[in-house]
Amino acid sequence: MIGGGITKFAKVHPDKDFRLMVKEAYDYAFREIPRFTKDMIDGAVGSYFSDHFTRQLKAASMVQDYLGLCPKPSKRIEGGGATGGLCFQSAWEAVASGRMNCCVAFGFETMSRVNTWKGNEFIALASDTNFDFPVGGFYSGYYAMMVQRHMHEFGTTVEQMAMVSVKNHANALYNPYAQKAKKLTIKQVRESPMVATPLTMEDICTMSDGAAVCLLASEEVAAKVCERPVRIAGVGSGSDAMRMADRPHGKVILLPHEQESDYAQLKYPGVHSFRGGRTAAKLAYQMAGIRNPMEELSFVELHDAYTSSEIQTYEDLGLCKYGEGGRFVESGSPFMPGIDYGMTLPKQGRLPVNPSGGLLACGHPVGATGLMQAVFAFWQLQGTTNQHLGNPTLQVKNARRGLIHSHAGTGTYITVSILEAV
Amino acid sequence: MAEKGTVVLGVDPLVIQDHYEIDYRHSYAEDSPFFVGLSKGKLLGSRCTKCGYVYATPRSHCMECGAPTAWHELPLRGSIHTFTTCHYGGEAFLKETPFTLILVEFDGANTLFLSRLKGIKPEAVRIGLPVAARFAKMPSFKVTDVWFEPADPHPPLPPAP
Ligand SMILES: [Zn+2]
Repeated sequence: MIGGGITKFAKVHPDKDFRLMVKEAYDYAFREIPRFTKDMIDGAVGSYFSDHFTRQLKAASMVQDYLGLCPKPSKRIEGGGATGGLCFQSAWEAVASGRMNCCVAFGFETMSRVNTWKGNEFIALASDTNFDFPVGGFYSGYYAMMVQRHMHEFGTTVEQMAMVSVKNHANALYNPYAQKAKKLTIKQVRESPMVATPLTMEDICTMSDGAAVCLLASEEVAAKVCERPVRIAGVGSGSDAMRMADRPHGKVILLPHEQESDYAQLKYPGVHSFRGGRTAAKLAYQMAGIRNPMEELSFVELHDAYTSSEIQTYEDLGLCKYGEGGRFVESGSPFMPGIDYGMTLPKQGRLPVNPSGGLLACGHPVGATGLMQAVFAFWQLQGTTNQHLGNPTLQVKNARRGLIHSHAGTGTYITVSILEAV
Repeated sequence: MAEKGTVVLGVDPLVIQDHYEIDYRHSYAEDSPFFVGLSKGKLLGSRCTKCGYVYATPRSHCMECGAPTAWHELPLRGSIHTFTTCHYGGEAFLKETPFTLILVEFDGANTLFLSRLKGIKPEAVRIGLPVAARFAKMPSFKVTDVWFEPADPHPPLPPAP
């Protein structure tokens, strides 16, 4: 990866359409690499989630021409909430296969054109429209059921979930790109309006307008044009049955540092865990040569559409064992060092998760989200966070290796990519 | 509908209202017997003819082994695997809030079934609660023709936390 840019995520951007938002992020990605020119680009992959939100089919073609990339190869990737992560990996595939020397990954979403509840309905159309949607199609409801079962199996608490909200919203106070930065307490999270028991308004990310761009290039091109490129050392992805109801109750998919005896009693994944996430992590770790993620990663940017899914994802990624996600956040491990969150955190900062503020605070313009994570990871590994965010608070010290994780509806598609400083 | 005139919502930038509506000719295809079954008070899942895996939903081929499945009549009683009460929802369901969603476990089935739970206060819902299927008298041929209610009409409240 040789460049990255994002727009400020906002509730609404009526003064810019999706083409202009992408153009801003695209131009930003070029800023640090003056020797890189448009004629070095071999093609592009565009990502946006919903044709309903845009009400414009082939919207990526409009971005392609706006950026002046015609007649180069181009295509659109769509995979629900994981759209951005899939787009990133598709651009990686183009370069890794040798088909292209440089590929642009661009993503966007304009969710503000309909009201929030219509928006929720559009998103719920990503669940089975014969069997799931008509019952009360609402993703917050689906995730709420998943975490109810997680709480039942493992004793996870709503206070532990609220800690994720406090952490991510506080991190975002230092990220000017974020949509919803604020200082919260566990009490405030719990007292905010109940959306779907046990998830409150502050347990859930918001809809957003925004765009993000990543420039991926071969090592040869990167060496020529970029002083501090970042290596993509591993990619993995996974999937699960569209209907949550259809998920099996079998054996845990193990990571190298786990044993079958750790989970003798656990029926997996059921609806409490995401086996697509575990599969994605396993494949990415294999490719990057990671045996113990907790020891070998410097930070994680993961898909926290819900505080509950952040806790579930700690476990899928093997940052702790299945069932320990709640205690993992309580220990303070995923908090940033050096920030006062207003609570006692014995192991604060062992492995920062969502230093950017994540989806909870940055917003979730679906097609851009997975690429936004890549851009934040890129800046972390370059050590340039201070320069891009205007303050050094969120820079992870000696960041060597980061993980980004993108996730679609109840875990149907999930990607994990590992990025390394060179 | 240009003759109706355009609703202007803003001038700088120019924002107009844009309406969109469509009817679909939607076929349930191979899953049709499930919806017909609901109108007869039956819950049809699928049993794999090869490996015997039982799905609590229609699925004409097995997800485990790929073999065809046969229709499998599910018991009309089950228990709550997990639940939530939605206080908000998609626009289509906002007027129905608060409503409770459950995933139902059945004896003899390997997977679950998503449905609404009615006839109980949200605070009394808990995992493991026995529930019974209820069917619409006038079918609308949607999955909502079935819902669940507590099998025991007066379940005890869970102990205070
Ligand atoms: Zn089978």
